[in-house]
Amino acid sequence: MAPDPQPAAGGNAPVAELKDVQRVYRMGNNEVRALDGVSVAFGAGEFWSIMGTSGSGKSTLLNILGCIDRPTGGSYHVDGTNVNELDDDGLSELRGTRIGFVFQSFNLIPQLNVLENILVPVFYRDEQPAHAEDRARMIAERVGLGGRFDHRPTELSGGQQQRVAIARALINDPPIVLADEATGNLDSTTAQEILELFDELHAEGKTILLVTHEAIIARRAQLMLRLKDGRVEKIEAGDKSR
Amino acid sequence: MKMGALTRTVRLGFKSLMLHKLRSLLTTLGVLFGVSSVIAMLAIGEGASEEAQEQIRELGSQNVILRSVKPPDELASNQTSRVLSYGLTQADLRRAESSYPWVTRAIPVRQLQQEVRLGERALNPRVLATVPEWIDVTGRMISEGRFLSAHDEENVNNVVVLGYEVSRWLSPFDNPIGTEVKIGADYFIVIGVLLPRMRLDSDAAAPGSEVTGEVFVPLSTGTRWFGDMQVKIRSGSREMEQVELHEIVLEVETPEGVPLTAGAAREMLARNHNQRDWEVVVPLELLAKAEETKRIFNIVLGSIAGISLLVGGIGIMNVMLATVTERTREIGIRRALGAKKRHIMLQFLVECVVLAVGGGLAGIALGLGIPFLVERYADMRTIVRPDGPILAFGISVGIGLLFGLYPAWRAANLDPVEALRHE
Ligand SMILES: Nc1ncnc2c1ncn2[C@@H]1O[C@H](COP(=O)(O)OP(=O)(O)OP(=O)(O)O)[C@@H](O)[C@H]1O
Ligand SMILES: [Mg+2]
Repeated sequence: MAPDPQPAAGGNAPVAELKDVQRVYRMGNNEVRALDGVSVAFGAGEFWSIMGTSGSGKSTLLNILGCIDRPTGGSYHVDGTNVNELDDDGLSELRGTRIGFVFQSFNLIPQLNVLENILVPVFYRDEQPAHAEDRARMIAERVGLGGRFDHRPTELSGGQQQRVAIARALINDPPIVLADEATGNLDSTTAQEILELFDELHAEGKTILLVTHEAIIARRAQLMLRLKDGRVEKIEAGDKSR
Repeated sequence: MKMGALTRTVRLGFKSLMLHKLRSLLTTLGVLFGVSSVIAMLAIGEGASEEAQEQIRELGSQNVILRSVKPPDELASNQTSRVLSYGLTQADLRRAESSYPWVTRAIPVRQLQQEVRLGERALNPRVLATVPEWIDVTGRMISEGRFLSAHDEENVNNVVVLGYEVSRWLSPFDNPIGTEVKIGADYFIVIGVLLPRMRLDSDAAAPGSEVTGEVFVPLSTGTRWFGDMQVKIRSGSREMEQVELHEIVLEVETPEGVPLTAGAAREMLARNHNQRDWEVVVPLELLAKAEETKRIFNIVLGSIAGISLLVGGIGIMNVMLATVTERTREIGIRRALGAKKRHIMLQFLVECVVLAVGGGLAGIALGLGIPFLVERYADMRTIVRPDGPILAFGISVGIGLLFGLYPAWRAANLDPVEALRHE
């Protein structure tokens, strides 16, 4: 039995809404139910953290939220669009413009320099916006990258690489930013700086969904979603809500 | 997709290929050799047919030429003096003229061994004694003055028409018309100059170097002054040759009559000559021979080109498949950041095309070098037309697209989640 949908737990109009979402992997005769009936509504401008033990389905959930994976059952709406009704191009379009990804292992493209990496999502838009490069410089400045625009990713520290990745996630000004253990590969001071950056983005009105293992980090959010065996175990209020 | 996006994709392709310079370089070799073979093939084939066509223009496509050839010297060489009599005769001329209905004219030509001199300048061109119709049958053109006339022939006039090269050599600055040149022991008035035969670059070769031009005198005059006998002094022995006619040019009414005429002429000569002192030259047959040469070159170089291009294409495909595997994660990242399948497809296709075109351009450079070497060392004419390199360029783009299609398709259809997880 799927738990009841949690209608807009934070009170805001939902920007991303899951209804009884299933994600089942079939391996021969076995099936792995990575997500098993998840229903949750993420309100616009809310800061959520997603917790759970290893294998509880956090990354799977985030992939579906980020439209790089599709649910095998249930429905998912982003900005009112039903993802199930989109073809591959439509999904690509959606994640390019509505969603910013930040990964644990940064995932910069090694042969491109900082500026080029930040501009990758712009490249795939149907209409090329004017002054994209100026905007990239501005955002790089904003996330604290200083002037290292023509450095290669390998010439940067982990923290700097993650700043590039965040700048890249922001370049198309998406309403939703997804981060999968974005601080997992960073030392605590650097992690702290990156988290402050997320706070700032939240303050600017972006919806932030942050997957993390660490309770301290999770508590910085307004709302904490805890997964267990592919199901929503509970939703609590975080420190920010107070 | 807009132009800017394409240039950016091409630049990106370059960047990725430059990460593995040696690998990229080796990958292009197949296309390189394939493309250069294509260019060499076209240039050699073009040269061969051009050469044949030039010969035909020179000899007349509707002509059949009978020539005297010296029969092989059999055991007569210890004689100190003798008269060697061979070749075409007046009787052959009459027979040729009268016996085939499709022969419109038969032109006799005698070749004399005489020095031609104007003041201090002298040379040994071919002195040809012939009839006025020669110029019509061979299609040559007068540049100044006139050619021999029936009147000259009847009156046995001492007049001469100079070939272009001879005129340039004897009288480089003045118009030679009206001057007297000495041929053998007699003086002849210059009445005309012919246009050069074909290539104007003989212009440059004239002064100093040995001029192999021609001059023309009336047949009657030639026979009157120089007779049938030619004396050659050769390493101490005097050798006399008696040749009535050196050449008979048969003009045939239609091109279809050419092979018939040639066959009939061969038969007639074989019947009437007891030695092999003649040959029949058919310009149209030269063309067929040239076509044959061209065909053989096309087969050989075409096979080399085909195999190289195939191997080159497979090489590109192989390397690109490896690249796609290596860059699976990059593909995943790009997909997560909004790249559609066609963006990924285009990116890898462009890389293949850049590889193939790189090989193609180097191949064009090499391919332009090969005809140059062939011309130099194999003594064959080659002609590089602009459509050769253009075709070669097109082929390399095509190879890149064709063999890039599968790797690019593979890249585009990777599952984004799987690709992102790839190490
Ligand atoms: N491609 C796949 N094929 C089969 N099973 C999969 C696949 N991807 C994930 N799973 C399974 O789905 C479940 C959830 O995996 P997921 O990666 O979402 O966990 P997670 O919560 O992110 O764990 P972690 O904290 O270790 O990153 C796991 O049991 C995993 O084995
Ligand atoms: Mg995970």
